[in-house]
Order: sequence, then C-alpha cells, then structure tokens
Amino acid sequence: MNWVAWKMLTGDTAKYLGLVFGISFATLLMTQQVSIFMGIMSRTASQVLDVRDASLWVMDSKTRFIDEAPSIPETDLQRVRGVSGVDWAVRMYKGQVAARLASGDFRAVILFGLEDASLVGAPQEMILGQLSDLSQPDAVIIDKAGYEYMWPGEAYQLGREFELNDRRAKLVGICKASAPFTTLPVLYSRYSTVRGFVPGDRHLMNYILAEAKPGTDPEQLCQAIHSQTGLMALTKDQFFWKTIRYFLSTTGIPINFGITITLGFIVGAAITGQTFYLFTLENLRQFGALKAMGVNNYRILKMILLQATVIGFLGFGVGIGLTAAFFESTRHITHLAGLYLTPAAGIGVGVAVMVIIILAAIVASAKVLFLEPAVVFRG
Amino acid sequence: MIETNNPTNSLIGSLAADVAVQCSGVTKVFGTGETQTQALRGIDLKINPGEMTLLVGPSGCGKTTLISIIAGLLNPTLGNVSVLGKRLDQMRGGRLVQFRARNIGFVFQQYNLLPALTAAENAAIPLLIAGEYRRSAVRAAGEELESVGLSGRSQSRPNQLSGGQQQRVAIARALIHKPRILVCDEPTAALDALSGHNVMQLLSQVAIQPGRAVIIVTHDNRVFQFGQRIIQMSDGVVVQDDSVTTQSPLLAHP
Repeated sequence: MNWVAWKMLTGDTAKYLGLVFGISFATLLMTQQVSIFMGIMSRTASQVLDVRDASLWVMDSKTRFIDEAPSIPETDLQRVRGVSGVDWAVRMYKGQVAARLASGDFRAVILFGLEDASLVGAPQEMILGQLSDLSQPDAVIIDKAGYEYMWPGEAYQLGREFELNDRRAKLVGICKASAPFTTLPVLYSRYSTVRGFVPGDRHLMNYILAEAKPGTDPEQLCQAIHSQTGLMALTKDQFFWKTIRYFLSTTGIPINFGITITLGFIVGAAITGQTFYLFTLENLRQFGALKAMGVNNYRILKMILLQATVIGFLGFGVGIGLTAAFFESTRHITHLAGLYLTPAAGIGVGVAVMVIIILAAIVASAKVLFLEPAVVFRG
Repeated sequence: MIETNNPTNSLIGSLAADVAVQCSGVTKVFGTGETQTQALRGIDLKINPGEMTLLVGPSGCGKTTLISIIAGLLNPTLGNVSVLGKRLDQMRGGRLVQFRARNIGFVFQQYNLLPALTAAENAAIPLLIAGEYRRSAVRAAGEELESVGLSGRSQSRPNQLSGGQQQRVAIARALIHKPRILVCDEPTAALDALSGHNVMQLLSQVAIQPGRAVIIVTHDNRVFQFGQRIIQMSDGVVVQDDSVTTQSPLLAHP
C-alpha cells in the first residue's frame, strides 16, 4: 500500500510540487537565516579563533568582550609568566585607530600589535608578502577583505603607504583573516611599531596571550592566573563564547533573526500543513473506499506518514540545496565573507522541518482516521 | 497473504446452500434527542448465496444503512447480523476489517477509483490490501479487466474512461479477490440507461457465482429485471420480498 500512497501523492503534480515547494521555502528561509545569524555571531569573536598559536587570553578583569579590553600595565606580563603552569606569555595590543589614505579618505581599522620576537597571534596564511616583512620600519599587514575595503577595485600592491595617527604605515603583506563583526580592515604590526601608531595611553598592552605547560589543565590554570594576578584569564573557547554572549544579550540581533526564523517556520508550517490537509481532504472519499475495502487505520496512518515523509525529505533536500547555492554564489562577495551554510543550521532546520511534517501529518490523518467508512455509500 | 476463494472450488460449492447474510431485528438509530432518526426498524432478513438480491425503495427508506450494516461498515443499534456465519457485532477492530478485506467486494455509486492509478492498478487494490506483490496483483487485475470487457484499457486512468467503463473497473476491483459477498450501492445511478443496462448485464454474467451473494441497492427500476430477488423497503422496514422467478409485481409497478 506504500506504493498506492506514493502514487496518490505524485498523481496530482501541481499539488505535489506545491507541497514540496512549501517545505523547500521554509527550509531555505530558516537555513539561510540561521546560517547568517551564526556567521554574524561567529564574526563577533572571529579574531579570538584566528589566534591559533596561544590557547589562553589574559585581560583586565572587567573585560566584557574582545573589542572592549582596557589596557593593563606591562608588569602584569611578568606576573602572568610567574604563575606556575604557564609555559610562556606574550603581550598583545588590539584596538581601533583611524587610517588616512593617500586620497585623503579616512577608514577606521582594527589594529593588532604582536610581540616583536614571536609574532604570536599573527595571521596563519599570507596571500602576498611574508610575515617576516613586519620587521621593516612602520610595516603593517592587512587582511584581504580590508584591502578591498580600503582600495576597492584596485589590484593587490605591496609598498602602499598611508597614515595611522599621522604616522607613516607601509603595507608589506596581505593575509587571510576571518571577517570581523564590523567588517573593518584588520591590520597586523609589531608591538613596538604599534607604540608609534597609538601614542598617548599610559599603557598599550591590553591582552596577554599565554600557553599552559604540557599536562596542565588550561581551565585550572586560568583560575590560578586570576587568583594570583587579579586578571581575567580565559581559554580561547571561553573567550569566544563570552564575546558571543555579550552580543546576544546586548544587541537586537538575536531577536531580529529569531523573528525571521520563526516566521519562516510558521509560513512553512502553514503552507505545508494547509496544502497537505487539503490534499488529504480531497482524497477523503478514496481513503474511505480503502477503509471500506479493508485497509485498517494503522495502514492508513502509515500511508499518510509516508506521503509526509517524502514531502519532508524532498522539500528539505531542495531547500538545503538552494541555501548551499545561495552561499556558494555569494562566497566571493567580500562583505559576506564568513557567512556559509553551517552543519548546525542544517541539522536544526532538519528538526524543524520534521516538526512541520509531523504536525501536517497529524492534522491530515486525524480527519481520515476518524472517517466512517460508510461515508462511501453516501452518494 | 490472505487466501482468496475461488468460486469454482469445493468450499464455495459446499457453502452454496448456506445462508450468506442473516439479519435479526436489526435496528439503527442515528442522533439523539430531537434530532434522533430511526433508519431501520427491526429488519429480519436472510440472503442466500448464488443469487442477486436487489434492495429497493425510495430515498431515505434505509436501504443504504442496511447495506452498510451488512458490509460491516456500520454497527446496528439493536439486533445482530451474521455474514457467512460470523456475527459482525462480535467482531472488533482489526478482525472486522480483515473479514471485510477477505470476504466482501464493494461497488460504489461514484466508483471511488484512485485518479492517480491506472485501471489495472485500481483493480489490483484488494490484492495489494491482501499483501500480494504489486507486479502479480496488477497482472491479475489486467486479466480481471479482460473479463469485464476492458482488455484494451488497463493502462488508462479513470479520467480517460467513460462512466460505464469506470464502473466496469470498479466491478473488476470488487471481484478480483473472489469475495463471497458483493455489495453494490446504486451501481447504475451515475450512468445513462444503456451504460446502466450493460453494467447490470455484466454483474449478472460475472458476479453471480454459486457461493457468492450479490446485494445491490438501487432505486433504478430499469434494472429490476436483473434481480433474482427484490426486497422493497419503506421507512426502515421491509414491505415486500419477492423472488423473481415469475413476473414480479415490482417489475410491472416498481
């Protein structure tokens, strides 16, 4: 009888496609919005993840998220190094400054100051130039998206000069870096060079990057650093989620995306539920005839569930495919960097689609299961 | 898989003399209070296998209710019904559904063919319900369609067939699993006179078997001539019960 259910479903092509479209649309809308939401949230803390050569971040104890750390005294670096279990610790600066281009335009940029000797926290992949070129006077490396933002439409060219706080900066490399939340260019330079770019503050350093000795539990070491120095010490993962939690709790982003995702679910459920219900209603006489001829309710339910499952799988597949095609087609757009179809979004939306399908099947089957088979004798 | 009954075998032959349907004091009441309607009022009836019985009467006389109860689609409010020696009121849920699937064939006024299936696939449904493989069921249905004169239309969909042809498909579907009771509800009501006549002729030729009772609900007096027994109902009771071995008064004044 599964075959009969399949034929009943596909017999009316327009309705069949309408049902699949309903689920596809809901899947597309929800997956795309969930993925963009996750991408944007990841962007807020993407620079934490970009630092792959240190697993601990130490900062002022009142820091709420990565863009807000106040400077801390240089002496804190020695105090952290003195905590038992710390393998090594280096200073780092992260801040925002204004860049004046040769054209006279201004651009706000994110500036990283990396410890001169180790360059811990430096970009992992260079597109043009060498990391070691940072040893040149006033040298900076910029991320690819930042270059396209600062000099749109222009070919990659090293040796470009611009000003940071009225001081000459020379471009010596272009690297790959995760897109930041604000989509501002990301500049990397040596810590000593950054001192020249960011004058005025009594202290420059606002982060200490550290690594635990082998065999030391990173989370316990963070607690030890905090208790011995009063500084906040977090693992990379903890700092990533702390930053994301800050944006989730203090911005309207989750509410806005949540509304869109919920609407996608409601519209998808409404379209699919209603169409499937009407589809079943139109086949009520046929279901009644089948019941009269000896098909029991269990088999009827299986038939309806099979129809719903087929619609769900096809619709979800098409929807996921469309979402993947969307992100693939926008992959090269600089402003959309870091936004892609995430497995978590696919799984989450898959569960949502399953709920839609089960709801639609319940609504549709209720009518059939309680149908009196004698209805077929009423002309 | 359910074993179907071949009307030519000895089992059916031995059943030929037994009562196919026995109704005792069957009463059916619909609704409650002021909307209560008594559709059947203590019907006593025996229907023998091997003959075509027509249930006739004006609209609302209770003939469709009676046939629904005989087919196990409705329960009587009072009284009991035995079909092929089994008390339907004592069967519950799955057993009753299985009994219907094995023993009763249905022909509906509106055919109730599945529009997405071909004629052969529609006719194969009772065998699919019985658990037979699709391929062999459809092949058997093709042969059944030949027996009802639709040899060239097995791949046609219902919307490609005339009303008479659709009813033939429905008859093939009703007979394919060799049921011992065939229940037809107004099989000619949706057809023109000639098609209706042909359908009744077909039923006379292919449906009537020694071990099978054919019960037809109709108010179409043009088909009364095909009945071997005509039971006339009025207001929920049987008012006349004639075996049409001679000229029945119903044939003269239906």
